Amino acid sequence: MERELETRLRAWMEGRAESRWLEKCQWELAEPHPETTQLESVRADIISTVEFNHTGELLATGDKGGRVVIFQREPESKNAPHSQGEYDVYSTFQSHEPEFDYLKSLEIEEKINKIKWLPQQNAAHSLLSTNDKTIKLWKITERDKRPEGYNLKDEEGKLKDLSTVTSLQVPVLKPMDLMVEVSPRRVFANGHTYHINSISVNSDCETYMSADDLRINLWHLAITDRSFNIVDIKPANMEDLTEVITASEFHPHHCNLFVYSSSKGSLRLCDMRAAALCDKHSKLFEEPEDPSNRSFFSEIISSVSDVKFSHSGRYMLTRDYLTVKVWDLNMEARPIETYQVHDYLRSKLCSLYENDCIFDKFECAWNGSDSVIMTGAYNNFFRMFDRNTKRDVTLEASRESSKPRAVLKPRRVCVGGKRRRDDISVDSLDFTKKILHTAWHPAENIIAIAATNNLYIFQDKVNSEMH
Amino acid sequence: MMLSKGLKRKREEEREKEALAVDSWWLDPSLPAVAQAPPAVASSSLLDLSVLKLHHSLRQSEPDLRHLVLVVNTLRRIQASMAPEPTLPPVPSPPAAPCVADNLLASSDAALSASMASLLEDLSHIEGLSQAPQPLVDEGPPGRPTGGSPPNLGALDLLGPATGCLLDDELEGLFEDIDTSMYDSELWAPASEGLKPGPEDGPGKEEALELDEAELDYLLDVLVGTQALERPPGPGR
Repeated sequence: MERELETRLRAWMEGRAESRWLEKCQWELAEPHPETTQLESVRADIISTVEFNHTGELLATGDKGGRVVIFQREPESKNAPHSQGEYDVYSTFQSHEPEFDYLKSLEIEEKINKIKWLPQQNAAHSLLSTNDKTIKLWKITERDKRPEGYNLKDEEGKLKDLSTVTSLQVPVLKPMDLMVEVSPRRVFANGHTYHINSISVNSDCETYMSADDLRINLWHLAITDRSFNIVDIKPANMEDLTEVITASEFHPHHCNLFVYSSSKGSLRLCDMRAAALCDKHSKLFEEPEDPSNRSFFSEIISSVSDVKFSHSGRYMLTRDYLTVKVWDLNMEARPIETYQVHDYLRSKLCSLYENDCIFDKFECAWNGSDSVIMTGAYNNFFRMFDRNTKRDVTLEASRESSKPRAVLKPRRVCVGGKRRRDDISVDSLDFTKKILHTAWHPAENIIAIAATNNLYIFQDKVNSEMH
Repeated sequence: MMLSKGLKRKREEEREKEALAVDSWWLDPSLPAVAQAPPAVASSSLLDLSVLKLHHSLRQSEPDLRHLVLVVNTLRRIQASMAPEPTLPPVPSPPAAPCVADNLLASSDAALSASMASLLEDLSHIEGLSQAPQPLVDEGPPGRPTGGSPPNLGALDLLGPATGCLLDDELEGLFEDIDTSMYDSELWAPASEGLKPGPEDGPGKEEALELDEAELDYLLDVLVGTQALERPPGPGR
């Protein structure tokens, strides 16, 4: 089944300056890819993770079918300046296959939970991909030349009969069509009993960590047969279990620091210099429960679904069910900023519990300058918050509601009372269309939005032309 | 939802569908009702919804631990708010169980106790369903008390014998501290002793316990916290 990733929609946003760019949000959709076809939604095609590499030149997606698709940004062409920023499929490969654990008699899904790029060290690119149990290191290399004219081998690589070799020649490299080769370099298996939810490459570029529901392991990128357990919150008796690890990440600059979030809404910052086993956190970031909003769902909605350090390393961004929060590493008592993502769902928590939506794990992302944050919502909506102007916008990633070159308007969800034209009521939100995975280009205003089995790439027109 | 593949699990899923056919409509993503996030269904309550979620989650060969822990903690919160004592004993002891149940039913809050009775009924109904497809219902899993006075139903019994064999030992422990003593009333007797795959309106149903819609609505309000809770949730946090 051909995936719908080919459907690439580009949008240009008009904005004057970085700090004011949310004030004018006009998204214009470029022509869809000619191969666009309406395909049946298949479970295996559902995108499960999106990740830019460190330069933003490459974008990787993983899906529930265990595949990884890498997109490459087209180099700028003088004839068509607008084409810069278009991402085209660069390589597709099967990263994980469904497996069966015979000891425990259970299936291991092939679904890619997370992808992380390694900093580029040479001409090749490398990435880590993980499913529930096994992390793999992949190397992506290009080849556009092939050697010709060997003395002892023929064109198919078979050894020649030495008696036929009468003269010697110098082999030459001949250009050929570009080939992208992806090869598995390492398989880090058997390190996790529970489901891996996060992987994070350390700034030392030599180690990475992997977190599951109860433990975090530290690995060396070159060593697959051992890892070091750095966090273990598994109680001696599982009956005492009340909390799980939901996400984890290394500090972008300090290789000894990492943070992990929990299902109880707290963040723990750990320093690996303090002890080999970081069961005791260095800092605990936690906001007291608001008594006015207390309900049976308080804990579920405060469960942190994603945590991301800012590029500067000064702040942390967390997402829970209804809000996105910015924490200062120097202030543990409460977040410095809290943004409501879809507060109108607060009165619908019972239904959302009933249909399990309340357990959805939304991710969050920083822009390159840490001034804007982005996160997903339901109905194919995603939200952006400008930290300086305190403005926010709701946008929709949907082909149905947009035509090529049409302006994509900011959307509004109305909560009772007055309803403007084009507003959508809370009751008509489609809870099966959720944007869980988003990514922001590390330097430019280009964002990638995974909406079920579609990938949308939007770009800020003004800022892209300045480059 | 952690749907799985493979022969063994497929069989479980089928059995599960059979078992929960009546009450599990929200587990079926193909139904439009699920997609539309319907308003709270009056006939259901948060408590038995949570128990059902637990039940469903545990039937996965490898439960989603985050989902499980959050549901269990929610269940603890609900129970803490319902229990007559502000603090919930971490592990219910068998002799204490009937007293707790008595206290519950003798509670001065008539509406709540009536609602509780309804919950109990719902739960016995759930168990009845879960046992329906079991081929050897009379034997039960080893260790399960059979016959005699109403057994002290541990959390796992509550969840039905079908789950027992599939469970990781560690996960069973998760629910030991959930006080299920409130279910140890005589209401259980017809369903748990007889172990009959009774129909929906089986022998466990007693007309006296039926509630009118207003009471159920009140209960739902209490459960979702729109009404003031009697006491703060204790051990859940």
